[in-house]
Amino acid sequence: MRFMYIVTSSQPPRPPTPALMEAMGKLAEREIKAGRMIDTGGLLPVAMGAQVRITDGKLNVIDGPFVETKEMIGGYAIFELRSKEEAVAAAVEFMQLHKEHMPGWDGTCEVRPFATPGVDGACQVDVSACA
Amino acid sequence: MTVADIQATILAVWRIEQPRLITSLSRMLRDVPLAEDLTQEALIAALEHWPLSGVPEKPGAWLMATAKRRALDHIRRNRMLTEKHGMLAHDLVREQETMPDFDSALDDDIGDELLRLIFTACHPLLSREVRAALALRMICGLTTEEIARAFLQAEATIAQRIVRAKRTLSESGLAYETPRGEALSERLASVLEVVYLIFNEGYTAASGGEWLRPQLCNEALRIGRVLSSIAPQEPEAHGLLALMELNASRMAARTDAAGEPILLMDQNRALWDRLQIRRGQLALARACELGGAGGFYALQAAIAACHAEADTPDATDWRRIAALYGDLAALLDSPVIELNRAVAIGMAEGPLAALAIVDGLADEPALKAYHLLPSVRGDLLQRLSRFAEAHTAFEAAAALAGNAREREFLKRRAAVAARAAQDHGQR
Repeated sequence: MRFMYIVTSSQPPRPPTPALMEAMGKLAEREIKAGRMIDTGGLLPVAMGAQVRITDGKLNVIDGPFVETKEMIGGYAIFELRSKEEAVAAAVEFMQLHKEHMPGWDGTCEVRPFATPGVDGACQVDVSACA
Repeated sequence: MTVADIQATILAVWRIEQPRLITSLSRMLRDVPLAEDLTQEALIAALEHWPLSGVPEKPGAWLMATAKRRALDHIRRNRMLTEKHGMLAHDLVREQETMPDFDSALDDDIGDELLRLIFTACHPLLSREVRAALALRMICGLTTEEIARAFLQAEATIAQRIVRAKRTLSESGLAYETPRGEALSERLASVLEVVYLIFNEGYTAASGGEWLRPQLCNEALRIGRVLSSIAPQEPEAHGLLALMELNASRMAARTDAAGEPILLMDQNRALWDRLQIRRGQLALARACELGGAGGFYALQAAIAACHAEADTPDATDWRRIAALYGDLAALLDSPVIELNRAVAIGMAEGPLAALAIVDGLADEPALKAYHLLPSVRGDLLQRLSRFAEAHTAFEAAAALAGNAREREFLKRRAAVAARAAQDHGQR
């Protein structure tokens, strides 16, 4: 089963602490070497991108600046795992690092299974960390 | 959490941690099979304790501490160990007492140890089937029951095989060795062979009703990804990974809703997995950079890449595929490869040229019971509008097919050819 992990936070964006960076780097390396993490990428701030919106049936291209900053997505990772339990266990480990190495940070690691032909139903697992 | 939830969580955590547990214990005990036994004891301890105490905050560290404690107990109990081991035990006892190091799970690079584990599980001393079972157990953390289900065998049979294999390894004194240099490349071949066996077992089940057993494909892919990252200088490790990624990228398109097989040329290419194709292409490029373009797996991966890179069946570069099969045939004299080359020639130059090759294979003893020979022949004859002969060929193919779905498929093709023969007054 393939899962996408998306980390979001409603707090103003700030760079991860060096300790968190180091711990996440090690975890990522381990997960790649274990054949579980098959893709990952970071996203530049919202302001660097654009939004194409439909509002009241009207299409608009908005090229910033954006006022709303509800839940910011900083990046994603794609994992190939056996089960939802494995996906949650991996997300817990990932968020545990945040709890430890970035005090004061609140956020969510959303774990979303990919839709696959023959597997019905969408499900969603949230692993929230409250430091 | 219910008890079942906790058990599922424990198994999930255990699978993530297991390779690290075995490798750490192997280093202490210098015996991989014994290390595997003791990690199983740590799992059992978790299954006993966690439902009562709850899942610990750092489950991996808990498992590691428990497994190490078992290993220390074992070392203490075993008085026949050498002086050196005694010292090792002493050091480990001290280490255990001074620091229950909960961060170490991320700290040590286990690449070399993991390679040793894989080489032990896939030791050429063992038969291919046993190597496959051991690899699934020790590297992927599958339970005996899961392995048995995947290979359509009785659980007791698999369990017995594993126990016997582990004993063989321990008694042979080969339970803890890492080949280096040339020996490594040689031994790697026996590992890759097993990984590919596992993959193919899942990709096309040779017998039984299920066309796909994708779980095995995923396990093989996982080992392939591990190998390419811990043996990054070995071109064929990348070649095999490329081949598996590219073949697996077509998984969702290979069967219809009823589970019937769909041939490559008829597949909905929009269902091909782009991420996996990209990974396959990258792995193939890596194999070629390392000078391995002509390797057994890299050549097959290059063929799979030709298909993956064609947006439509018509866009397939059949000439290149035929040439790659030619290279493959030069590497390995095999009538099956020659048959595949014939298929490619059939697409590149037309059915007549291909039929000449296929007819040349008719007396190959190795293909006597191979359903794809008459199946390919039937296809070529059909395209040449020699329907009556096509019908006979498809019937022969159906009679040889071991897989129920494939047999059905070939019977349908035979029926289509028979009708066409009638319409055209052939008999």
